[in-house]
Amino acid sequence: MVSNQSWDWDIGHKEIDISDWSQRFEWVEELYASPDGESVAAIVHVDEAFNVCINGTLWSEAPADKIWHLRFTPDNRPYALISDGGQWTVAISGETWSEGYDYAWNPMASADGTHLAVAVQQAGRYAMAVDGKAWESDFSDIGYFALSPSGRSTAAAVQVRSVDSGQVHAFQEGTFSVAVDGKSWDPMFVNVWHVAFSPDERHVAAEVRLNLYDYTIAVDGQLWPQVYSTVWAPCFHPTSGAVVAPVRNKGEWVMAQDGRTIWPQPFVQLWRQQFNADGSRLAAIVAPKYGRWTVAVDGAPWPLTFGTMVTDLTFSPDGQRVAALAKEGAKWHVVVDGRAWQHAFEMAWRPVFSPDGNAVAAKVEIDGRYTVAVNDRLWSTACDMVWEPCFSSDDTRLLIRSLDKGIYRRSVISVNKIAE
Amino acid sequence: MAETDKDSTKSEELDEGIEVGVRRLTPERIQTVINSVLGAETGARFKAYIQTCIHCGLCSDACHFYLSNDKDPRFSPVGKVKQTIWPMIQAKGRVDAAFIRRAAQIAHTECNLCKRCVQYCPFGIDIAYMMSMVRRIIHKLGVTPLYLQDTAHSHAATMNQMWVKGDEWIDTLQWQEDEAREEIPELRIPLEKEGADIMYSVIAPEPKFQAQLIYQAAVIMHTAGVNWTMPASMGWDNSDMAMFSGDNEIMGRVKRAHFETAARLKVKKIVMGECGHAFRSVYDMGNRWLGWAMPPIPIVHAIEFYHDLLKSGRIRIARKYDKPVTLHDPCNVVRGGGLHEMARYVVSQICEQLVEMHPNREHNYCCAAGGGVINCGPPYKNKRMAGNRVKAEQLFDAKSRGAETLIAPCHNCHSGLHDIVHHYEIGLDIKFFGDIIYECMEKPENP
Amino acid sequence: MHALYQFVAGPLAWAAFIVFLGGLLYRLIRLLILVRNREPFISSYMSWRYGLRSIVHWLTPFGTVRWRTMPVLTVVTFVFHLFLLITPIFLLSHIVLWDEAWGLTWWALPDVLADIMCAIVIACCVFFAVRRSTQPEVRFVTDSSDYLILLLTAAPFLTGFVAYHQWTEGAWMTILHMFSGELMLALLPFTRLGHMLLGWLTRAYMGSEFGGVRHARDW
Repeated sequence: MVSNQSWDWDIGHKEIDISDWSQRFEWVEELYASPDGESVAAIVHVDEAFNVCINGTLWSEAPADKIWHLRFTPDNRPYALISDGGQWTVAISGETWSEGYDYAWNPMASADGTHLAVAVQQAGRYAMAVDGKAWESDFSDIGYFALSPSGRSTAAAVQVRSVDSGQVHAFQEGTFSVAVDGKSWDPMFVNVWHVAFSPDERHVAAEVRLNLYDYTIAVDGQLWPQVYSTVWAPCFHPTSGAVVAPVRNKGEWVMAQDGRTIWPQPFVQLWRQQFNADGSRLAAIVAPKYGRWTVAVDGAPWPLTFGTMVTDLTFSPDGQRVAALAKEGAKWHVVVDGRAWQHAFEMAWRPVFSPDGNAVAAKVEIDGRYTVAVNDRLWSTACDMVWEPCFSSDDTRLLIRSLDKGIYRRSVISVNKIAE
Repeated sequence: MAETDKDSTKSEELDEGIEVGVRRLTPERIQTVINSVLGAETGARFKAYIQTCIHCGLCSDACHFYLSNDKDPRFSPVGKVKQTIWPMIQAKGRVDAAFIRRAAQIAHTECNLCKRCVQYCPFGIDIAYMMSMVRRIIHKLGVTPLYLQDTAHSHAATMNQMWVKGDEWIDTLQWQEDEAREEIPELRIPLEKEGADIMYSVIAPEPKFQAQLIYQAAVIMHTAGVNWTMPASMGWDNSDMAMFSGDNEIMGRVKRAHFETAARLKVKKIVMGECGHAFRSVYDMGNRWLGWAMPPIPIVHAIEFYHDLLKSGRIRIARKYDKPVTLHDPCNVVRGGGLHEMARYVVSQICEQLVEMHPNREHNYCCAAGGGVINCGPPYKNKRMAGNRVKAEQLFDAKSRGAETLIAPCHNCHSGLHDIVHHYEIGLDIKFFGDIIYECMEKPENP
Repeated sequence: MHALYQFVAGPLAWAAFIVFLGGLLYRLIRLLILVRNREPFISSYMSWRYGLRSIVHWLTPFGTVRWRTMPVLTVVTFVFHLFLLITPIFLLSHIVLWDEAWGLTWWALPDVLADIMCAIVIACCVFFAVRRSTQPEVRFVTDSSDYLILLLTAAPFLTGFVAYHQWTEGAWMTILHMFSGELMLALLPFTRLGHMLLGWLTRAYMGSEFGGVRHARDW
């Protein structure tokens, strides 16, 4: 995690005028703001080539044939996928990796922003590359990429043995496995999905399909003792090394840990489980009844349910509170500890807790305009765009990045200004 | 007729998916699987259907296979139930491998799950559902036809139906974007644009073989000023042949990936290309398996999307398509989604003249390709052609009344009708709505 | 003979009605429990409006595409079911029995009309039997049980018709008539004649799916 203490938390605004960008360039793609709000960037097209404009300055003297997927790392460095002369690579702050690939995609930044990983294809073979260094082995196909918390290790579901399409029985013998830093597990499976690292990066778990009908969880290539009619993505306990995953049998979902049921109450649906920081609580998105959705914490669903969907489950940093987004009809609601805000939105983004857990903020859309809501109160300003808000480490201030009438604005305001 | 029968029987022997599967069957496995599926995976509907059916045969005339095969009762909807489910129930699962082979052929290649028979049964018995249960048993027994099983494998491994790899998908979109920029320089296919209004999703044959459809869609989106995006991750494919292979677990997994991709991109709607079975999978079947009573993010089929764009004037037609057209109503979006009047509105806005086929709208005849039948591959093509003579007659009739172009706003229908038009030498040009709109719309001037 | 008559007209009739009503109730409850346990999603889609809309269309002669495409069978089907229901309920000699037992009376059909209606029901049964044995698509899905339930349905009318016209000596035809009617009632919930109950539910469900989800006509 990147500490935001060094950021400028003085109350006030900084503005960057981007209104002339559309004249300067043939076109300007989506704008992205750095996490600290000091930079705003977009891929731009100029002289029939691509470039990136950051705070009005072009990224590179030498434009590229193609640039896409511009984002910022958590430590505020812009990066993008870039192609020149038919080779693809990654560029960070305008510097490209020296290595190029036939294709590179799905970039992932580590939590501290120091490492970047991508999926790469070279001569029809697939691997991952971290900071420009590709795995030593490659595979027939790749998917479900995972980057370890520190960014030092990568893993993915890989097809170890190539089978031609139509060879169904060869396929059913198992061609997929998990590769960690390019080294694949010995056992092969019919399918592998959703690869997850343990917090200490020493273990890797994934969903595996043993034949057309039996599914289970594999940890470092070892299977759980039970098989299920299907499973969803596993996750690790933050400290104990235990693995939990939703598993389905007889048409019902329960939560299992290392092959044993830990939430006996079955659900119509159960997924996206996550532990709080110390691992004392486990929450998940559930459907307790057909067509009704909510959050369950330690197996107990909130009484308040929603008819359309629930997403973006989030624990507060202290692990005591839980927030999520819930959709009823076309409207989105922010729900905290089982209580929905009064305001409903056309769209809402993942709720953000203050470090002490007392305040919840979210980027929201109302009447086609964007703003920020804190504890069910709306910021007085609606904009053409806002980015997701961020609390200061002392809980008192909120960083809001917004765009309106061609002006990008970095605002630091007192949380009380909205929340009270 | 006899010749066709012989041909299809002969070619069916070549289906390695069925034959290898049948060789591996044991009486015990057959019995266990049948009893577990019928016992644990069916409920009130299945029971009520079995107990309510009075064997009146009124469903027969609904079925294009029955009508086209000179009213051979083996092809009637209830006749298919009689040859599959009734003996399984009566014998309590003690049926032999030859029976299973035949059941696989019936459920997978002689029924399109089009549900027209539901409209002909006084009790509304859903024989398509019954055939889906047979397919579930066939899946559990490992006897699914080869091509369909391979497609289900592709879905499971890649979340798309044609083994399109992660890089190939994005590369294709970027290639189409480049191509389209030759025509409209500032055109974009926005990838991973979080917060767009619409996620546009397609089926894998588009990037694999028909990339021009993505090009056309991009031109339509651009011209209409739609705030849209396409995902650069898995979950872009809205199709789902696992739904038809009885592999419900994979069906659900594929649909989850699709909806969660749209949710991740924070879009308000998913607009899908001209595909019927994909619509069924996201609007009716897959969402239900996952516990969503209705799609959590609204699904807008291309017909409805074009209807809205034309009605609101966001796209304008420069010159209507002047050849007389006839319109095929795809089962999954018409009987399954009620889009028939919107389709006619679109035709009225983009074409000079519509020659209706009869019967039409929700009483249309199926194309005989849907329900995963065409996906069972070449071994069954003859059977599919013989099994849809009535569609050929409909098309001939429309042609004799002047139709020159056949609009089929569904991929499977498109391919199935293409086969029929050639097999019966009907001579109709087949198009998607998107083809005609792209051809006839006002486009931004190329400076 | 008298004792047998008393038994068939008394306890056996009681038993038949109890089994008939109890059986229907049992079947209904079993089905609803099964919905709740196995397919609770069904209740999410059930709609009175669309369910009834579908039923009304199918209850209307020539009110659906299917009814319009086979006029003769449509007429026979509607006449058969209507007369099957009306004739025994409004038959004077039945009402007399109700009157004697419970003191209940209601309007009765003129005997001649009832007689004709009874004959028509029998003729319809013959039509169905002929259709079953001659139409390939029906014959293919027919087994002995289909003829048996047809016979079960026809028997009370056939015996009633014969008894009314007194073509046989003594009361045994009347006893046979009562017995066959009771047999039909008692077996109805446990055979495919149970479509009398389940048909409404399956139709209403499909009507709801087509109306609420598929936005298309199911008639």
